[in-house]
Amino acid sequence: MANVLVFAESRGTDLRKVALEAVTAGRALAEKIGGGEVHVVLAGPPGIGAKAAQLGQYGADVVLVCEHAGLARYAREAIAATVAERARAGYRAVLLPFSAQGRDLGPRVAAKLDAPIASDIIELSAAGESITVKHPGYANKVIITLALSGSPVVLSLRPAAFTPKENARSARSESIAPAADPGAERVVVKEIIEGAKGKLDLGEAPVIVSGGRGLRAPENFKLIEELAAAFGNAAVGATRAVTDEGWRPHSDQIGQTGRQVSPQLYVAVGISGAIQHLAGMRTSKTIVAINKDPEAPIFKVADYGVVGDVFEIVPALTTAVREAKKGH
Amino acid sequence: MKIAVCIKRTPDSESRFKIAGSGSTIDESGLKFDMDDFASYAVEVALQLNEKQGPGETVAVAVGPDSVQETLRKAMSMGADRAIHLKTDAAPFDGVAVAKALAAELKTGGFDLILFGKYAFDTSASVVGTATAELLGVPCVTAASKLDIAGGRGTARREIEGAGEIVEFPLPATVTIDEGIARPRYPSLKGIMAAKKKPLESKPAQLGPIRVTVKSMELPAERPPGRIIGQGAAAVPELVRLLQDEAKVL
Ligand SMILES: Cc1cc2nc3c(=O)[nH]c(=O)nc-3n(C[C@H](O)[C@H](O)[C@H](O)COP(=O)(O)OP(=O)(O)OC[C@H]3O[C@@H](n4cnc5c(N)ncnc54)[C@H](O)[C@@H]3O)c2cc1C
Ligand SMILES: Nc1ncnc2c1ncn2[C@@H]1O[C@H](COP(=O)(O)O)[C@@H](O)[C@H]1O
Repeated sequence: MANVLVFAESRGTDLRKVALEAVTAGRALAEKIGGGEVHVVLAGPPGIGAKAAQLGQYGADVVLVCEHAGLARYAREAIAATVAERARAGYRAVLLPFSAQGRDLGPRVAAKLDAPIASDIIELSAAGESITVKHPGYANKVIITLALSGSPVVLSLRPAAFTPKENARSARSESIAPAADPGAERVVVKEIIEGAKGKLDLGEAPVIVSGGRGLRAPENFKLIEELAAAFGNAAVGATRAVTDEGWRPHSDQIGQTGRQVSPQLYVAVGISGAIQHLAGMRTSKTIVAINKDPEAPIFKVADYGVVGDVFEIVPALTTAVREAKKGH
Repeated sequence: MKIAVCIKRTPDSESRFKIAGSGSTIDESGLKFDMDDFASYAVEVALQLNEKQGPGETVAVAVGPDSVQETLRKAMSMGADRAIHLKTDAAPFDGVAVAKALAAELKTGGFDLILFGKYAFDTSASVVGTATAELLGVPCVTAASKLDIAGGRGTARREIEGAGEIVEFPLPATVTIDEGIARPRYPSLKGIMAAKKKPLESKPAQLGPIRVTVKSMELPAERPPGRIIGQGAAAVPELVRLLQDEAKVL
């Protein structure tokens, strides 16, 4: 019976939501290939081991806890060596998220193992000897079905494409040592420049309020931030026109060359809806567009379009959302 | 510095795509192909580094069919000194296989720096650069939005979720290049003429076994056609009602 290895992404001593998504997907894959075990690598600074029970709730059978003071930040070489060494024990697949960390880690592990890898997976299936995945390529314009042969395979999952599901197992914890010294990294992190505190990540926020050139000036993003705050569970995004102008950081950019997101609700404010922008958000569940030009292409994908001036509509919407939230 | 830049040829990202009759590739008829966007940023970074740092060499490398030679010529018309074509029937979707072909070529080149794009438009995979670095055993920095080299060491900025990360690393190294770092130059007429005489070497790519294959391609489900629900602030109450009752997101 083949087992599945999952890398649980963390930051400091916190698990990230993508870790639970990967464990959930790992559990489902293990069932599909005959009911093997799910083993999870949980690496971080001392104290991270406390999160093992939570991984058990989502379907981990064994949690391999790797605590080391040098793992307070993502230590790419040590983590890749540790996951690869563990994977050599014989697994059918290694699962990790297609997050900033996972995008860095996945190909390292695949190359170390000489294993095939598929990225940014939105669907996962297994039949007989082969593992098949769906992956949006061509900047989300074409859905590609890929077959991977060989064992193990490395599978990198699109954030938010797999919904965490509880499936409690009584996970055993085992402590492991890093396979390479985190103090000997060749790529050394000198500084982390934190964004605004408590800010939701675009990949994880259920609601995204995004602003375009229609806002006219950086200070007007205050309107976008207030609307996001009224929702309470929203992150702020932007178009490339806006990040090119330096009104917002590049990390806020949504689209073909920025972040690709699929929130429950995407509110596009003063955004024309260029094809490269749509490439990053067209898979959102519900799309709202506010634009003064009724011919703007964004209205072709908006479930609810409102034609008019953002400076009139957004403050009214912010007040109404605040009221609606109060009613709950 | 001796810099290699790995570039891919991909279809114009603004195209409307159709699936070919085979069901497993896009229909290439009528599509314009050019250097991949991120790869063009990488070429620009390489050229700027060598311009700033004095004598050096920039070598463009591509794995693919004969048509990639046109893309390699473009890199040389931008200013790359020479090019290497690693020939295959088609560039596979197996990133580790492409990395093996690149690593086999680059391991003996004596490069100080090897640059890649963050990802290629068609595969959208972010695999080849990092996997090549692993196979070569050199340090790798992914998704750099800033890059400086001085005294045999590099400093880069990377965007991670909700933060920026500043990293330092020794050369030789590989770096994958994010958007926003440099605007790729247009080849000048002089550059285009000069590129015709620059050396382009073509040899078979050593891909090894292909273990990731395309079974099928399909276009994503169309969204239902958009709907305008009203004008101005007067539409806000109806919008909120729809968000509550129909979309159930509020
Ligand atoms: C290779 C490539 C990659 C790209 N990648 C991306 C990407 O990742 N993400 C991205 O977003 N773009 C990307 N672009 C750029 C893209 O083509 C568009 O230029 C960009 O998305 C436009 O941004 P915008 O909608 O903010 O601005 P505009 O297109 O200028 O639209 C502004 C909109 O605001 C409306 N407006 C103006 N004033 C008001 C008002 N007072 N009230 C209401 N509405 C108002 C206007 O009607 C207009 O529709 C890329 C382009 C290329 C070539
Ligand atoms: N066939 C290829 N030839 C040369 N370089 C490539 C090729 N495929 C990918 N690359 C490089 O690897 C980067 C990432 O590609 P990918 O892993 O496919 O997303 C690209 O931006 C290129 O720099």
